[in-house]
Amino acid sequence: MSGQDISHDLAARVAEASQSGTALTIHGSGSKTFYGRASRGETLAVDGHTGIVNYEPTELVLTARAGTPLAELDEALAAEGQQMPFDPPRFGGGTLGGAIATGLSGPGRPWLGAARDQVLGLRLINGRGEHMRFGGEVMKNVAGYDVSRLMAGALGTLGVLTEVSLKVLPRPEAELGLRLNLPVMEGFSQVEDWFRQGFPVTGAAHDGSHLHLRLSGSQSALQAAGQTIGGEHVAEVANWWSALRDQALPFFEDADTPLWRVSLPPLTDSSGFDGPVLHDWNGQQLWLRGARDAAALREQAASLGGHAVCFRGGDQEDAVFHPLAAPLQTFHRRLKQAFDPAGILNPGRMYADF
Amino acid sequence: MVSVYRQEDHAFEVDRETLIQGLREVLAPDNLLVDDEAMRPFECDGLSAYRQMPLVVALPSSIDEVQAVLALCSRLRVPVVARGAGTSLSAGALPHPQGVLLSLSRFNQILSIDERRRLARVQPGVRNLAISEAAAPYGLYYAPDPSSQITCSIGGNVAENAGGVHCLKYGLTVHNVLSVTMVTMEGELVTLGSEALDSPGFDLMAAITGSEGMLGVIVDVTVKLLPHPPAKEVLLAGFADVETAGNAVAGIIAAGIIPGGLEMMDNPAIRAAEDFVHAGYPVDAAAILICELDGNPAELQDQLDKLRILLDRLGSNDIRVAKTPEEQASFWAGRKAAFPAVGRISPDYYCIDGTIPRKRLAEVLRRMQELSDQYGQRVVNVFHAGDGNLHPLVLYDGNVPGEFDRTEELGGKILELCVEVGGTVTGEHGVGMEKINQMCVQFPEAEITQFHALKAAFDPHGLLNPGKAIPTLSRCAEFGGMHVHDGQLPHPDIPRF
Ligand SMILES: Cc1cc2nc3c(=O)[nH]c(=O)nc-3n(C[C@H](O)[C@H](O)[C@H](O)COP(=O)(O)OP(=O)(O)OC[C@H]3O[C@@H](n4cnc5c(N)ncnc54)[C@H](O)[C@@H]3O)c2cc1C
Repeated sequence: MSGQDISHDLAARVAEASQSGTALTIHGSGSKTFYGRASRGETLAVDGHTGIVNYEPTELVLTARAGTPLAELDEALAAEGQQMPFDPPRFGGGTLGGAIATGLSGPGRPWLGAARDQVLGLRLINGRGEHMRFGGEVMKNVAGYDVSRLMAGALGTLGVLTEVSLKVLPRPEAELGLRLNLPVMEGFSQVEDWFRQGFPVTGAAHDGSHLHLRLSGSQSALQAAGQTIGGEHVAEVANWWSALRDQALPFFEDADTPLWRVSLPPLTDSSGFDGPVLHDWNGQQLWLRGARDAAALREQAASLGGHAVCFRGGDQEDAVFHPLAAPLQTFHRRLKQAFDPAGILNPGRMYADF
Repeated sequence: MVSVYRQEDHAFEVDRETLIQGLREVLAPDNLLVDDEAMRPFECDGLSAYRQMPLVVALPSSIDEVQAVLALCSRLRVPVVARGAGTSLSAGALPHPQGVLLSLSRFNQILSIDERRRLARVQPGVRNLAISEAAAPYGLYYAPDPSSQITCSIGGNVAENAGGVHCLKYGLTVHNVLSVTMVTMEGELVTLGSEALDSPGFDLMAAITGSEGMLGVIVDVTVKLLPHPPAKEVLLAGFADVETAGNAVAGIIAAGIIPGGLEMMDNPAIRAAEDFVHAGYPVDAAAILICELDGNPAELQDQLDKLRILLDRLGSNDIRVAKTPEEQASFWAGRKAAFPAVGRISPDYYCIDGTIPRKRLAEVLRRMQELSDQYGQRVVNVFHAGDGNLHPLVLYDGNVPGEFDRTEELGGKILELCVEVGGTVTGEHGVGMEKINQMCVQFPEAEITQFHALKAAFDPHGLLNPGKAIPTLSRCAEFGGMHVHDGQLPHPDIPRF
């Protein structure tokens, strides 16, 4: 298939950097450089490592090189009536490697799974410049530790991803978008009940005034759901939900103030978070606009069993992610040491100390 | 008995008396077994061909005790093997000759069921099925359903990343467990994951799930519960030959249908099951597929119609849809009883567990038959077809000299065949001690070294379950596994014969 394989060059660059102790900043398409802490070092461009390596619609598996644009994957999948269920944010671009390294998932996350859930295997270059393969292209595989899923969300600090195999799924026959006049918590509780009744919920967000609901499935299922649930039918459903996913709704417009993300357990009362809030994931992912007292916000999220990230627009020299409990810090440091002993891969991108 | 530990796996220096004395100080008197007779039940797990007595068995009943045992063993450099219900089919819970066998069987309490938020918090020794039973009054269940679910523990499920018949649609253990609390080898208590959908830092839940007791001892598990589907249909399709059935599996998925369960049985399995539970299976069929669809009633009817037409086109000559819940149960009964049913037709059987790409099913089934003929051992197939997860059962008689060895060798060949067609040596049963040599076939040296480094991040002195899951490089050198990487042998310049 198309694309080019520059993995030998990439591995050689990493091996060299490891010898000389040169820090490397792994760069895909640059669509998510705002995310995480600023990392220092020379740029290691992965966007030249492209192409779909294997796509077997009947196997529900797609394998592509890490620099492959998400748009190219979308196109190939759409031609076969399939999709990536975790629906990564595209932010106007994005590569497969970046999508997995950040581990971000779209609005369907609570029902369709996360990036890590759909990773079946991958290849990576560790901090020594060794090109390795973990997992595979089959649905079930418990040979060795699950290094592939460990890479999802590790922000490239444990390895340069070069190739990823994903589980893909058929696209639903149809989608239905509804807008309902329900308060936040009552709305989310309702959504839970509709889900339990077997309605194919794939999105539930609240903008402070309305509950937005997305259902995906067969025409017959959507018709049945629509009749029971009621509300106002939204035309061009896909547009609103992709705008939510890519932070293109008016709520996200003021790019000058920080945007915080709070992750919460299911059906958590989030009324204590004030200021402009947009609720996604049926209340499990909150977007908070505006400068906040980081310590207070983190404490508030933690007291509810969640955590808070300064998602964009904050100080990237400062702490971005929620601090780790002491024993977890030890595991993180030792894992970093295990994969990247010289500490050259995206140093500081996740936490300042590695 | 097979002697399985290698020299380098038991090079610890352990003084049994010092150990026992230390354990007596931290464990309640009833929680320590030191007599051979009392320890005997722990000498093997579900793979009884592998047996080994531990030095002692500890049966802690509180997290404090687990922490104290591990801290002590860490200090004395004594190996520890965690054990749940002991149903592992890969000798994962096989004791270590110089170590403590740490049974979690006393941790058998369901701590809470949060009906509204669909969460269950349980102790690690709780049986898989007990979670679904406790959730049933709320219309909820825990999705991964290994065939051993009456017995196996949730801690063991996390350690093996167990699967079941509904995993194609609802995922494996790794997709259904939200958080675990574990005790590190140093005796520290840490919580991984959370009730939220993600946690800061690395995805340590991914590392711990399927880690076969090599990274920590799990003492608390939070799982996600699912609502019972409002409706389901169970369909049985017979085929005149195995390859057509294999191709039909790929055909169903290709048509965009993701069944809740999609299982396959070949003729010997059909007959054995039919004799045992009288499920009403077509005993003349070369193979059957059992397919479960679930969802809301409106969608379900559409899917069922589509599936019937499809199966007819894919060459099924006998399509039956269960008309009542009783008939649905009986279609499943034969499948669920297949292992014990096979146990009735052969003195012993050996269960293999490889996964392959679905499109290679027909070919692999044919080549397994050839291997079976070559070794003169019968192979019966009953497996998770939708996931491409094979469970060939090799029939043998342990009392006939040489049969077990032949069986093991045949099993090894089948696993190597799985790797050759792009699959893996274990889909859900784990590597344990059983498949440790085949790991050398699946992974090159760099990956194996990386696995060891990952383990050392959690267990720097290599005390948790030593000798299992990841082979030492010297084992691989001796086993002589030649890893064919991207179609290329290492050192292609060296002549081979
Ligand atoms: C008849 C039969 C059918 C089976 N069917 C299936 C199936 O359909 N799908 C499937 O996936 N498996 C199946 N199995 C295999 C087995 O049941 C699973 O692997 C199960 O998850 C093991 O759980 P256990 O509690 O028995 O663990 P054990 O056998 O006690 O231990 C297994 C491994 O887990 C580790 N471990 C156990 N508890 C802990 C803990 N608390 N902390 C850390 N490590 C721990 C042990 O050290 C060991 O490495 C089957 C087994 C049998 C006998």
